[in-house]
Amino acid sequence: MTINWNLYDPQGGYDELIGAPGTARAPATHLTDWLRSLSDEEIRLRKLNAELAIIDKGVTFTVYSDGENIDRAWPFDIIPRVLPLSEWQWVEAGLKQRLKALNRFIDDLYHEQRVLADGVVPRELIADSKGFRQECVGIHPAHGVWAHVCGSDLVRDADGTLYVLEDNLRVPSGVSYMIENREVTKRVLPELFENVTILPVDDYPERLLAMLQSLSPARGPRHQVAVLTPGIYNSAYFEHAFLARSMGAQLVEGADLVVGKDDTVYMKTIQGLTRVDVIYRRVDDLFLDPEVFNPASVLGVRGLMRAWREGKVALANAPGCGVADDKVIYSYVPDIIRYYLAEEPLLPNVPTYRCLEAADREYVLDNLPTLVVKPANESGGYGMLVGPQSTARERQEFARLLKANPRNYIAQPALKLSTAPTLCDEALEPRHLDLRPFILQGRDTYVTAGGLTRVAMRKGSLVVNSSQGGGSKDTWVVDSENADALPSR
Amino acid sequence: MLSRVAERIYWLARYLERAENTARLVSTYHFLLLDLPKGAQVGWRALPVITGGQAQFAERYARADERNTLRFLLADAANPGSLANSVAWARENFRTSREELPGEAWERINELHLFVTEGVASALARGGRFEFLSGVIRRCQQLTGLLHGVMSRGNAYDFIELGRHLERADMTSRVIDIGTQGHPLSDLPRDEAVQLDVHVWTSILKALTAYQMYRKDLRIAVNDTDVAAYLLHDGNFPRSVRHCLNEIEASLGNLPLHGDMLRRVRSASHLLAQIKPAELDAAGLHQGLDGLQIGICAIHEGIRETWFRG
Repeated sequence: MTINWNLYDPQGGYDELIGAPGTARAPATHLTDWLRSLSDEEIRLRKLNAELAIIDKGVTFTVYSDGENIDRAWPFDIIPRVLPLSEWQWVEAGLKQRLKALNRFIDDLYHEQRVLADGVVPRELIADSKGFRQECVGIHPAHGVWAHVCGSDLVRDADGTLYVLEDNLRVPSGVSYMIENREVTKRVLPELFENVTILPVDDYPERLLAMLQSLSPARGPRHQVAVLTPGIYNSAYFEHAFLARSMGAQLVEGADLVVGKDDTVYMKTIQGLTRVDVIYRRVDDLFLDPEVFNPASVLGVRGLMRAWREGKVALANAPGCGVADDKVIYSYVPDIIRYYLAEEPLLPNVPTYRCLEAADREYVLDNLPTLVVKPANESGGYGMLVGPQSTARERQEFARLLKANPRNYIAQPALKLSTAPTLCDEALEPRHLDLRPFILQGRDTYVTAGGLTRVAMRKGSLVVNSSQGGGSKDTWVVDSENADALPSR
Repeated sequence: MLSRVAERIYWLARYLERAENTARLVSTYHFLLLDLPKGAQVGWRALPVITGGQAQFAERYARADERNTLRFLLADAANPGSLANSVAWARENFRTSREELPGEAWERINELHLFVTEGVASALARGGRFEFLSGVIRRCQQLTGLLHGVMSRGNAYDFIELGRHLERADMTSRVIDIGTQGHPLSDLPRDEAVQLDVHVWTSILKALTAYQMYRKDLRIAVNDTDVAAYLLHDGNFPRSVRHCLNEIEASLGNLPLHGDMLRRVRSASHLLAQIKPAELDAAGLHQGLDGLQIGICAIHEGIRETWFRG
């Protein structure tokens, strides 16, 4: 028995591949037709080959559990998620617009604070923001850019609208998996690449390197770039090593670096000490420099902030950029875009209730069963209340938390996330997913073609985080017009 | 190149070479055992000594029999030099210095690691032993060949060469030392003992894959002084101590700040040149090898101080 698309039921939601039972969306038709031509045995074999490729390539992520770090094989579903190029071009423009505005906003916060003076964003939000760093006031990073790498999470609701769910500005991860997912797909479904124009994703390391070099304080064509990792026990170590390797940069730990009396950063090499110009840091702000932040940190480098302030080294992302990675600030992003760019936002936010504001708070408290409540500064899906799946006791607990610290919470309607066909034990079933594209800004801006699609592997679940049982898919941005011009098989 | 990364790459190469050498050594012993007359006492005791683990072995096992010795050398998680640990450490060092090493080699070392984890138990029984050990040797060789074939000749490769040749020089000198240990079979009648000498020295050649090359190059009978001299001094044979020291000297020359290191290698070289098996009895040879070991250790210490301290 082979795949019968007539039996695949998107259950009334928006499905990324199948528009109506038996009918694929235009850019996905090649894919669905081809899948239908495979026997069950062949599909099983391709799935197995993908699993082997992931083990062979050592694509892992680390989960911390029971006091132990476990290196797990990266969970991957072989059926790609497909997006039409025409839609993607719009999204790309929207993401660039968003990051440009956010960087203007951060730069303003650490200088004149016009946005607060003009009442666009309330001053008290910044006063008690967890991400605002007094130590960064008055510093001028290259090009006025603070958030150089951004991973924004996009979700699609039942009516097909793509929303920005959040902007991850601190140390967003996942881009290496986007690239590895494509590599695996090319290995196990090579036939599909013959007749479909799929935008490549493997130029990301090149773009990242160019962006980082554009920040360098050194003159001349050669700049020493280093990726600063917390070390092999960090859950994203695989990615740190992957990016360093594919950029030809040094992968360093805090102990590999020293700051000299000349406020210059050096790394300890077999030649002795050599200068570092740009650091792509994957260590949180508060661990970067024990001289300024957490004095107990062994992950950072003593004097690093001093070197950065003096302009001797570039840091990406800049310390303090997390001030804009706050779910309450998020709710102001459309206003921030209008304020700095005098443009209408191209991508909508998910409607957001600010518990800080009395009217919104009242609405949230009255409607907890239909809302998702999120803390302002958590990531990884922790500390949330998903109303429709919550118990009365949980709602009571959240009502208490929310009243005690309204600044720390926002609420959004529970979206019915879009789905895509996913190989489950027996058959193809719809599973909910999101999308994390990566946006770079240095001298120029760049957006990945697609991004990392994360899938909630449990039936009905909306939680896509890999630390909580999520999987992933390759993401194709397909140029359908070009595909149609090719002879079909 | 970062000092920390250089150190990991150096150890990766050492552990990989150690894993292969351990597999060869055990494999040779396994076959030697099958050739010995019934009732002869087999010197399993020598194996932990060669690998430098006699103290740990004595601590953990009451009897130096076949099963205990093999468990210790191949599978024992508490023996830092066991084959399983060597492979695990080679992989761990690789994992933390991946940005300097070819991605394809990472896939191969994962496969080697999986092969050893899944198969090591089967090598404890005689039936599955050969297949496991030759599987390990083949995979180690494949990796060494891959690194040789695809890595640019830069500093990372120099540290691989340093690690491999230092480990190999160390192992060769330890293996030659088996022959000086007073044979495990010396209680046998004299003419029989001579016969067995040949077995022991032939095995030593085989453990270092030198048997065929020795035959071809020297075209003389296997005897103690010629075998020892060949394994120590024949610069053309890639597992001889002479060859390893030459290679170490060449690799050092490519690295920065190597002045003091060259002196150390030349001093080890001098110690080596002074060992003349034809003029020495077993005790004298053993003493010479001891001195050489100290020279090899001094090279390792020098590498650590010059490049890994940062």
